[in-house]
Amino acid sequence: MPHTRTPAVAGWFDGEGDGFRLLGTRCSACASVHFPREDLHCRNPHCTGGPLEEVPLSRSGRIWSYTDSRYRPPSPYVSNPELPWEPYALIAVELEAERIVVLGQTAPGITVADLTVGMEVEVVPGVLDEDAETAWTTWHWRPTGVTV
Amino acid sequence: MTQDVAVLGAGMHPWGKWGRSFVEYGTVAARAALADAGVGWSDIGSVVGADTVRGGYPGYVAGATFAKALGWQGARVASVYAACASGAQAIAAARAQILAGLADVVLVVGADAAPKGFFRPAGGDRPDDPDWLRFRLLGATNPTYFGLYARRRMAVHGDTPEDFALVKVKNAAMGALNPYARYRKRVTAEEVAASAVVADPLRLLDICATSDGAAALVLSSMDFARRLGAARPVRIRAVSTVTPNFPNTVLDLPDIATDSAVAVEPTGETFRASIARAAFEEAGLGPEDLSLAEVYDLSTALELQWYEDLRLCGEGEGAKLLREGATAPGGRIPVNASGGLASFGEAVPAQAIAQVCELTWQLRGTAGERQIAGARVGITANQGLFGHGSSVVAVR
Ligand SMILES: [Zn+2]
Repeated sequence: MPHTRTPAVAGWFDGEGDGFRLLGTRCSACASVHFPREDLHCRNPHCTGGPLEEVPLSRSGRIWSYTDSRYRPPSPYVSNPELPWEPYALIAVELEAERIVVLGQTAPGITVADLTVGMEVEVVPGVLDEDAETAWTTWHWRPTGVTV
Repeated sequence: MTQDVAVLGAGMHPWGKWGRSFVEYGTVAARAALADAGVGWSDIGSVVGADTVRGGYPGYVAGATFAKALGWQGARVASVYAACASGAQAIAAARAQILAGLADVVLVVGADAAPKGFFRPAGGDRPDDPDWLRFRLLGATNPTYFGLYARRRMAVHGDTPEDFALVKVKNAAMGALNPYARYRKRVTAEEVAASAVVADPLRLLDICATSDGAAALVLSSMDFARRLGAARPVRIRAVSTVTPNFPNTVLDLPDIATDSAVAVEPTGETFRASIARAAFEEAGLGPEDLSLAEVYDLSTALELQWYEDLRLCGEGEGAKLLREGATAPGGRIPVNASGGLASFGEAVPAQAIAQVCELTWQLRGTAGERQIAGARVGITANQGLFGHGSSVVAVR
């Protein structure tokens, strides 16, 4: 069993269980939200720019579209070539408050057959891959109210 | 409107999996374009190469690499990279040099020896690179994005997998007539439906393959063309190389998220539509003037999207236009008479140039069995990773 949990990417999400959130940054001048986080300058071309503040993104949103990956992706995706390939689904989720669409893998066990465009989903903590020492953590989308 | 430049010559290396160097493919295409133009290599004032990102160091210095292979002769040189739009940006650079009076006649070359299977980012750990991140964190290959667009069209416009398959059937029938195409066999809707799902709802035959291949053009000033005796050459009238406008609200390769629309209301015009609009505006022409279009059918569903972005039909009416036969040979606006990427596969730096080669042959009336009768105005449409627009308008 791996004994440390380390984010697969730093600063993009935080928290445990129901407190898990994606983290973006919000421009204090124009309120644009940036995900992945933008820490240098606001990307709104009409904005003169202001300090960028870290903000948690909405926990749930609606499916903009979805698909899956029936073939093993190439590196730098990490998968064990010794094991048979298990397809995973990917969802693009529209967050109403931020007016942004964020892509992510689904929680394990959720397939395209479980999904429809417009369905509500919520963000949950997940594991991207693990080795003997470390579980590399990520975010997953899961239909709201579903527990697997 | 800008001035026209002349297309004096067009050439290709046949596409496929040949197992040789991109330099060889590019040189073959360049020599073919020079021969077609009736211009000697030593008369070329400038060479512009569209970069391949594979093949090591020479891949990134494509202009000089092709110039060396053809024999150093002191020409001005440039190399450009814009992912799938590289070829169009090479054409744009050549055109700008001609219109600025820096060169009378320019050779444009793009060539690639593509890897087998999915495209992937270059090696190394690069967590500040969005292309690396989408593979590392999501395993989101290019077909992942094609699948997202296709599913979205099904949900919003009611397209079906059968509609998508019809695009492949149409393009394969044209590719069967093209000696430069990699796949030269007709395909049935049943064969598409029986192929393996790659990224739901798209199947193997909905998605273009990776290929080796090359394409080249000889472009010149109208004065040079006249001096050469080319009285009525095919002319390039517009080259669109625009970026998106903030907020870009359609999830695009290689992004993990869209821009936020909180602060700036989206115009409603998508990036792809803005690419076409810029080309039409520069050309002083509209969709009603077109005889044919070569669009970037990375997937069958994406071709339907381009119909709408080029304003060949209204939003959501792409599948209807296809079903009516309007985009097939003999229809109102034939699309991908070359066979498209469905028949060629992707050879990234070459494909936007190859689209213009096809327009050139069609507008000259020399496209053989694929000829679209009376072709006078053609457009290409293409899009490169990271927000590179690309569309070329050619006229005769
Ligand atoms: Zn701002």
